[in-house]
Amino acid sequence: MSAVSALKPGSRVALFVTCLVDLMRPEIGFAAMTLLEHAGCEVVVPPDQTCCGQPAYNSGDRQAAHRLAERVLDQLEGYDYVVIPSGSCGGMIKVHYPDLFSDDPNLKQRMGRLAPRVYELTDFLHSVAGLQQVPGLAQGCVTYHDSCSGLRELGVCEQPRALLKSIPGIEIKEMKQARACCGFGGTFSLKYGDVSSAIVDEKISNIQATGAQAVVLGDLGCMLNIEGRLRRLGDDKTQVLHVAEVLAGHLDQGSSKEPR
Amino acid sequence: MQVQSMHFQARAGEKLADVRLQKNLRRLAEKFVTARAATITEIDFEATRDAAVERRNRAIENLDLWLEIFEQQATARGAKVLYAESAAQASDLVVQIAKEHQVKTVTKSKSMVSEEMALNAALREAGVEPVETDLGEYILQINDNEPPSHIIAPVIHKDKEEISELFSKVHQKPKLTDIPQLTREAREQLRPKFLRSDMGVTGGNFVIAETGSVALVTNEGNEGMCTIMPKVHVVVTGIEKVLPTLEDFATIARLLTRSATGQSISNYISLLTGTRASGETDGPDHLYFVLVDGGRSSLLGGAFQEMLRCIRCGACMNHCPVYQKIGGHAYGWVYPGPMGSVLTPAYAGIEKSLDLPQAATLCGECHVVCPVKIPLPDLLRKLREKQFERHLRPWTERALLGIWAFAAARPALYRTVYGMASVILRLMGGRRHLIRQLPLVKSWSAYRDMPSPRGKTFSQQYASYLARRSANAVTKAGPR
Repeated sequence: MSAVSALKPGSRVALFVTCLVDLMRPEIGFAAMTLLEHAGCEVVVPPDQTCCGQPAYNSGDRQAAHRLAERVLDQLEGYDYVVIPSGSCGGMIKVHYPDLFSDDPNLKQRMGRLAPRVYELTDFLHSVAGLQQVPGLAQGCVTYHDSCSGLRELGVCEQPRALLKSIPGIEIKEMKQARACCGFGGTFSLKYGDVSSAIVDEKISNIQATGAQAVVLGDLGCMLNIEGRLRRLGDDKTQVLHVAEVLAGHLDQGSSKEPR
Repeated sequence: MQVQSMHFQARAGEKLADVRLQKNLRRLAEKFVTARAATITEIDFEATRDAAVERRNRAIENLDLWLEIFEQQATARGAKVLYAESAAQASDLVVQIAKEHQVKTVTKSKSMVSEEMALNAALREAGVEPVETDLGEYILQINDNEPPSHIIAPVIHKDKEEISELFSKVHQKPKLTDIPQLTREAREQLRPKFLRSDMGVTGGNFVIAETGSVALVTNEGNEGMCTIMPKVHVVVTGIEKVLPTLEDFATIARLLTRSATGQSISNYISLLTGTRASGETDGPDHLYFVLVDGGRSSLLGGAFQEMLRCIRCGACMNHCPVYQKIGGHAYGWVYPGPMGSVLTPAYAGIEKSLDLPQAATLCGECHVVCPVKIPLPDLLRKLREKQFERHLRPWTERALLGIWAFAAARPALYRTVYGMASVILRLMGGRRHLIRQLPLVKSWSAYRDMPSPRGKTFSQQYASYLARRSANAVTKAGPR
């Protein structure tokens, strides 16, 4: 299959893997690489990535967040685009870094140049690369959960759905309240575990009501929360998949899918 | 009103376990959320929001000026305008007014500011009988002065059956099940009180500077009985509720009812101006405005000024995933939900409400639905920053954040720690790739499993991928 891409050939794209993907679901990082290469990009994984600083920012530790943000800016500003397989880390860099840097004219200016080139993965593939076909070959019925930051900070909503629809065997069945929060909220899920699980229970019953084989989404936090609660409730059937895994066709969860 | 927000965590747990409450709270989404979504399409909602933001900002940015103009206009029409620095002071003022006019019975229409003031308790102490006449507030008052759980639907936490039982018990009448019948019974109880009321107390959705009027947005008609029949009318509202012009009010009213209950317009919108002039058939002989600061002026010019735009519609709580699960009482003061989680620390004290800014997923829906675009998630985050700066978070949280931030700034260390964590998590996950009990994060494991990684970290795998790729490249380029 040849990719139709609206990108300038050889565009250099920095993949910001995110700390949760790095540790918990490395397959998603490789799936993102596959998709970006499919779109004709030269993918670089800038070394020494750690975390975007969101846990510190949302916990009120602005100084720690600022230090990490400065590192990330240094690492990422030299590329044509920065692509992130997460709406929440994407929102942190694109929307909240400018706030963190608001009192430093130099950093603010540099961030001003970087921010427009930062994209959530599906947004980039759909809106920038104009991808019409993807390598994924999955079959079946899925439902899509809109992750909060991707949806409300970055406007990611139609992009993943359009890409999923380009896979001939996939049917998307929308759940009730697809845009409602899953209750993760970062440290919220630890500080208020009971409230958080009551919220995710509602999400889960909406997912199950669709009868879909899998819930597809774009953020690791929601994935761990939804999958963790599904399994605890005894649902071993409903799969929880990152949109990159489905689009890239990296669906064999048993083994890690490194490109050879 | 006493602040109970320090009990948030325990109360939230109780609310989650309350099956009846859980059922009742579902009505929020079914009723208000759906109705709002339908009625906002009737107007150019976005343009109206922009206009409302501008108009509210204009009022707030020159608050002193507009309050002065309001005072001049209201005074010229026979009203007295009084200012109270604190909610308690406001309460004293209203009690004084009641004493001055030898008031025995006060009929009240709905006012959240009067909850801040704990006005009913103060009136009772002074020997004056306060009677709540908004149906929801009436229900709460006869239920041993229970506080409201929502700013516009104060009894959203109760169902018809609970109210039926309560009415039968308090009114000593047979149980009714039909809502119109229950409402009629409440009317029968309230009618004699309306007739003997010496003073009406209302809130003020807004006060209008150019005319010196108060604007009241209601649904039940009780407000008219409170403002037209008694000889004295007292308006209690916050100093930030001033709007320069009637035109401003027209803009805001379009958003208020749609955002609140999903109505295109409420059943009643009253604009009341001045005392009864000679030749007029209705209106009070005495009209007072008690304008309450109660912490509001401390937000002016600071990071939380945008909060003063709030028009008290309740859309943020209706759409909040946390409020939808625990209701309003767990928040522990007058205002619940996202707006309350900003207002309670601001007005009642950041130390007394440590949970509130934290008890939010920061999902952003409150900001999306706010008719005056208050960036509530940003304000909650700013409160978290204040807590952090003032060392108001547990030391364990601070220590963990510190260790994590230290490692995150040192990639080699971070990779090593991650590599080790990956091994441990994989071992713990076993064949099912699921961890039942994660040490150190009991609050996660009490409710959820943790899916474990299925391979080495991305950085480890990527390093071997790069090594393989360069080896392949060397082989290909090598001698034939």
